[in-house]
Amino acid sequence: MATDYAALKKGGFMRQRQKNCFSLRLRVVGGNVTAVQLAKIAEVAEQFGDGHVHLTSRQSIEIPFIKLDQIEEVKTALGEGGVEPGVCGPRVRTVTACQGSAVCPSGCIDTYALAKELDERYFARELPHKFKFGITGCQNNCLKSEENDLGIKGGIKVSWRESDCISCGVCEKACRSGAITITDGKVSVEAEKCNFCGRCVKTCPTDAWDQEPGFIVSFGGLFGNHIAKGEPVIPFITDHDTLMRVCDAAIQFFDDNALPSERFKFTIDRVGRDKFEKTIMEAYNNG
Amino acid sequence: MAELQITDSIDITDAVCPVTFVRAKVALEELEVGDILSIRLNDGEPVQNVPRSIKEEGHKVLRLNDNGDGTYELIVRKEAE
Repeated sequence: MATDYAALKKGGFMRQRQKNCFSLRLRVVGGNVTAVQLAKIAEVAEQFGDGHVHLTSRQSIEIPFIKLDQIEEVKTALGEGGVEPGVCGPRVRTVTACQGSAVCPSGCIDTYALAKELDERYFARELPHKFKFGITGCQNNCLKSEENDLGIKGGIKVSWRESDCISCGVCEKACRSGAITITDGKVSVEAEKCNFCGRCVKTCPTDAWDQEPGFIVSFGGLFGNHIAKGEPVIPFITDHDTLMRVCDAAIQFFDDNALPSERFKFTIDRVGRDKFEKTIMEAYNNG
Repeated sequence: MAELQITDSIDITDAVCPVTFVRAKVALEELEVGDILSIRLNDGEPVQNVPRSIKEEGHKVLRLNDNGDGTYELIVRKEAE
């Protein structure tokens, strides 16, 4: 029987140079792997691979040197440790994330919770070509959101609360976009300059800010044969449902319009940025 | 604003982060709850980080005065052991 490489690839088995050997990509969400999963992965790598694993560029783990005739055994063994195969090929790939507000002091949003939600909603969805989501918790952009087909960056929309302010001036110093000015003890934030980084909130010694966390979304990033930075289309999103509507609309636009093997950016360019922006704006507005 | 009764003063302008905060923390540990500490610290990283770190330790930041010479005077009240 001929080997169905496409089916194997869909199931996360990547063909190697070595005959009958496959590198098995695992399903990882937001870069988090439990100790139990790691122990099982180590065991499988020793028993079925050559004793090493590879950390991929997008937060997954691959176990190389899995033999073709042991694939089912490997899947069963991994399942015992709560580990599933990942995917490759023309579909929604690993949803990547930094540690976000659950762990990182700089984080503005819970990136892992969002990664899990997007993974459940879209992971492995069949599309004309690969589609990557990446979520970063703040403007430090450790996760490089704009290199993804759809990137999400956490931010904080701030408003000054005079009653708790001691006019110390730290926020004005901490702001890197020159959005804050203090005149006669009154703090004002220039909305056009604010990039939602939240440094004013995070440095404030008296918590004198009301804060609304939210999302900066970029579309059409890629960082392979071609390099392009994902571009924003819509304003800062502060509610979860709007974010989901926008993600649904973007992925549907890609599904409806992309040619086989065409990345999101090139679909947007070919079909027309104005048409794409109209679709996204409609999803943004129709709450 | 009423004059504050400063219990103790420290100068951490010769230290860099995170030693700045450690020095302030140690000084606060030696005080009683309700005592007031004056901390002289540098512009830049110390002034952006130390006030917030002290707040996160549970103490109260009362004032931050710009000395006009690249240093600040941070006045904090010890709130917890």
